[in-house]
Amino acid sequence: MSQPTAKTWDEFMEGVWRQNPVFVMVLGMCPALAVTVSAINALSMGVATTFVLICSCALVSMTRRFTPKEVRIAVYIVIIATFVTAVDYAIQAISLALYDALGAFIQLIVVNCIILGRAEAHAAKNPPLPAMINAAGMGLGFTIGLFALGSVREIFGAGALFGVPLFGEGFQPWVVMVLPPGGFFVLGCWLLLFAAIERRKQRKLVEVTENV
Amino acid sequence: MSAEVTMVPQTTPTAAMIRTLGLISAICGLIIVGAYQSTYDAVQENKRIAVERAVFKVIPSAKSIVEYWALSDGQIEKVGAGGTAQAGAIKFFAGYDEPGKLVGLAAEGAAKGYSDYVRILFAYDPSAATVTGFGVVSARETPGIGDKITVDKAFLANFPLEAKLSDDGMVLAHEIRTVKHGSKTNPWEIDAISGATITSRAVGKGINDTAQTLLPRIAPHLEKLKEKS
Repeated sequence: MSQPTAKTWDEFMEGVWRQNPVFVMVLGMCPALAVTVSAINALSMGVATTFVLICSCALVSMTRRFTPKEVRIAVYIVIIATFVTAVDYAIQAISLALYDALGAFIQLIVVNCIILGRAEAHAAKNPPLPAMINAAGMGLGFTIGLFALGSVREIFGAGALFGVPLFGEGFQPWVVMVLPPGGFFVLGCWLLLFAAIERRKQRKLVEVTENV
Repeated sequence: MSAEVTMVPQTTPTAAMIRTLGLISAICGLIIVGAYQSTYDAVQENKRIAVERAVFKVIPSAKSIVEYWALSDGQIEKVGAGGTAQAGAIKFFAGYDEPGKLVGLAAEGAAKGYSDYVRILFAYDPSAATVTGFGVVSARETPGIGDKITVDKAFLANFPLEAKLSDDGMVLAHEIRTVKHGSKTNPWEIDAISGATITSRAVGKGINDTAQTLLPRIAPHLEKLKEKS
């Protein structure tokens, strides 16, 4: 009985780490670069995307048996758009300031390739529960990715984290970090780090096999 | 793979497709309506609070506000007191203190800034005929440069800003203008922030555009506005 749990955990970690949408697959770059000017924006965007991801994957998976393949993309888009609309209203109800900060990128979750990709590649072929777990993993991975970008950009670009000043009056903000080029710059640094870790892992693997 | 190649291409009957799409649309429609209904009150409340907060910020001594339309025929009427806004009507806010005395008026102004329209809310003191300050409603100016308009001490020192009406009461006596940093000579000019001239100019133009049409319309009704009704 331990096998399903291990597999479930594996499915979950797939999106969080090995197939991380931001750092490994480099998907969903439009919101990842545009809204990550502060940690709270990044986190909210991640949570919103995760919610849409889980709900739409669940519905896609539930309707998978009677969805003819000719109309599947239309079905996915309608489902995803529905949950994006719901999130849109929810964010307006929670905070208008946040809504203004995220701007059009909430609506643009509809065309986020991570969600469509999950629906097509996973949810359409699996029962609801595994589909939701996989989606949750992907969503968490995306949120972590956005948070990694947002926190670094806010710390350097505004000298604060979650709006709490870190360095005191004397700090001269590194403004380029909260401008679009800063997004590319920070993303590049993170990708570099991940590539380095990956290469190190592979080198170790080679060493081990050579020794054997 | 090979099984797919040899398979006779099967077409799904149209009825099945329509059925699926219809069902999905119905479910999605329900979800959207549910989300809209359940968040409607909270969203409206949030919007109202956001506007009020902005008005209270520019008229700090106000304790309550009343919204008015300044109609194009020179009349004013309360917002929501029957009928919808007419073409050319300008919305403004009257701020009152605790006993119900008028402490200031506020209205929105907008002008093209560096990257988008800079929408501001400015406060007008009718007794002194000055613009006493402003707050940003929405702007997407460059962080660290254009967004200094709300924090730059030298820029904020431009206010109060003279906004007297001309003798015939039809326009402002002097157009509110933004001038280059360090060249302000008159009380109706705004000294721009060095390095953020375009954004500073948008503030001046936004105030001027609204004030030129709104203030002459309000002027005849000031007596009526003085006490909270």
